[in-house]
Amino acid sequence: MPQDEAVFGRPPVSYGDARARMRHATSEAAWARILIAGTALLFLGVFLIIPLVAVFTEALRQGVRVYIAAITNAEARSAIRLTLLTASIAVPLNVVFGLAASWAITRFEFRGKNLLTTLIDLPFAVSPVISGMIFVLLFGAQGLLGDWLAAHDLRIIFAVPGIVMATIFVTFPFVARELIPVMEAAGTEEEQAALTLGASGWQAFFRITLPNVKWGLLYGVVICNARAMGEFGAVSVVSGHIRGLTNTMPLYVEILYNDYDFAASFAVASLLTSLALVTMVAKRIVGGSIRYEALLEGTGDEMEHKAV
Amino acid sequence: MSIEVSNIRKAFGSFVALDGMSLKIETGELVALLGPSGSGKTTLLRIIAGLEIPDSGAVHLGGMEATERSTQERGVGFVFQHYALFRHMTVFENVAFGLRVRPRRSRPSGDQIRARVNELLKLMQLEWAGPRYPSQLSGGQRQRVALARALAVEPRVLLLDEPFGALDAKVREELRQWLRRLHEELHLTGVFVTHDQEEALEVATRVAVLNNGRIEQVGTPEELYHRPATPFVSGFLGNVNLFHGRIQDGRVYIRGMPISVHNGEARKGADGDRAMVYVRPHLLDIQLVPNGKGSFPATVLHINAAGPRVKVELTTQWGDAVRVEIDHDRMLELKLKPDARVYLSPRENRVFTYQI
Repeated sequence: MPQDEAVFGRPPVSYGDARARMRHATSEAAWARILIAGTALLFLGVFLIIPLVAVFTEALRQGVRVYIAAITNAEARSAIRLTLLTASIAVPLNVVFGLAASWAITRFEFRGKNLLTTLIDLPFAVSPVISGMIFVLLFGAQGLLGDWLAAHDLRIIFAVPGIVMATIFVTFPFVARELIPVMEAAGTEEEQAALTLGASGWQAFFRITLPNVKWGLLYGVVICNARAMGEFGAVSVVSGHIRGLTNTMPLYVEILYNDYDFAASFAVASLLTSLALVTMVAKRIVGGSIRYEALLEGTGDEMEHKAV
Repeated sequence: MSIEVSNIRKAFGSFVALDGMSLKIETGELVALLGPSGSGKTTLLRIIAGLEIPDSGAVHLGGMEATERSTQERGVGFVFQHYALFRHMTVFENVAFGLRVRPRRSRPSGDQIRARVNELLKLMQLEWAGPRYPSQLSGGQRQRVALARALAVEPRVLLLDEPFGALDAKVREELRQWLRRLHEELHLTGVFVTHDQEEALEVATRVAVLNNGRIEQVGTPEELYHRPATPFVSGFLGNVNLFHGRIQDGRVYIRGMPISVHNGEARKGADGDRAMVYVRPHLLDIQLVPNGKGSFPATVLHINAAGPRVKVELTTQWGDAVRVEIDHDRMLELKLKPDARVYLSPRENRVFTYQI
């Protein structure tokens, strides 16, 4: 069937022409296109590309040996360790909280639901410095619980627990915010189907709900992690900047910079920048998977609608 | 397993979905819950499944009180309107799900699960679809997967919500016959929800017609079609012509012309009561001259002879539209043409009276 081949195999010659004409009919004049694209590229270059390149050139200005020394000395290692520790506590806790909150918000009607939804956004609205101040006011030496903590010999402010708590507070919207719309879209029918098939509530959650929102969850984890490692304001307030003890990577970068140790400062900054780049790539991949799944679902729905 | 709901009431906010509904379904029946949207049919089905909890009233399954029992404990198979297939699992895993989530001591072995799933996929003519994902299947195929999945746990009751709603006409027709056969083979008690009267009359052994959260009538398809008990049932089942009349001396008059009544309702009405006269298109006779026993004049508007019977659209003297179906033979005798003046007389009718 030569005709079928023309349709399914390779497109007939006129097909390309038609597409070109179509593009022409719906696009702007050449000068407008160049102006718009040029503005966007210029903006991108000045505010993103040049600083990005600058970080790495500054870091390597005094050679690779200095660079490696800067990121492997005891203080740097301690800062890296503290940053990883903080993220490894804050991110899992926020995953649990985010799952519980989004589950409750999308599956049940209850009093105070709007309040909860608003409260989740609170850390977005509050300046990180103020977030840190709240913890100082609560747990500091002159704070509400200061005397009690001192009596029991517990240190929260100017110590690791304060840093972890401040980080959790600042990052807790990320997972929940990502999950709420995804869970909403997944709907409850599949969970109900699981129940009618004899699954328990937990089985329905782990076998149906969680796999359905996994890409949204992963996306939330990726950006939550990026923020947990990169947080400066809130952590700066509660940390006390004790070298080798309570310095996270962002704080350590600032200290080195203030000491005019630019090469070391940019070397550590380059690690954080690499983390950001990895995060962007991961976001891109995960985001692509979400869209791909949506597309699959979309074609399915289309089939259904056509059938009606 | 028999199903009995008694005096079920369910409201969503100010909307009363079920208003004191009672219905008994015997083991082995295939019952259709038929009604327009908002009549409460899906809510009733979900209450039977335990997916919705009634505000008051009781549910008995197999003679046992089940109102408080959870969905998992009820042993019902439920097929959702949009199938609700697990999109991240293959067809095989979808069907196997109900067996895999069983507690360890009652869970079949891997081989047994595989055998059972393959058997069901074969029954559904879907052996080839095991490794596919739901999004790769057509609507009719998804529907059959949903059925296989529900049947895998060997439910004693199969509940289907608008099972053919989202399918095109041809597939719907196939699946209907197929559901009826399945019901005969498996001896399941089945309940399905539909808004399509043709579907209900064709597939079900018994039909419950729902309206505004109440049951209008329950009966076999024949009973409902030939002896509708309420005006709503008359109007909802099949095509029907409605004439408004009045009662006088125990007789029904349409615009001053007496007509003979076939269901005895006229005698119940008092003089001056209004009467609704329902006549099916194939029970109206067309004549060229008045028959003297209650016929009324009408004008032919349109004739459609493409089909097993000839469909004639007419308008009465007073402007009501009327549809009549006659045989092709009768059509040849009458030689009807548009604009012809004719007389209509009902061979049979259902009359309902009400006071103003």
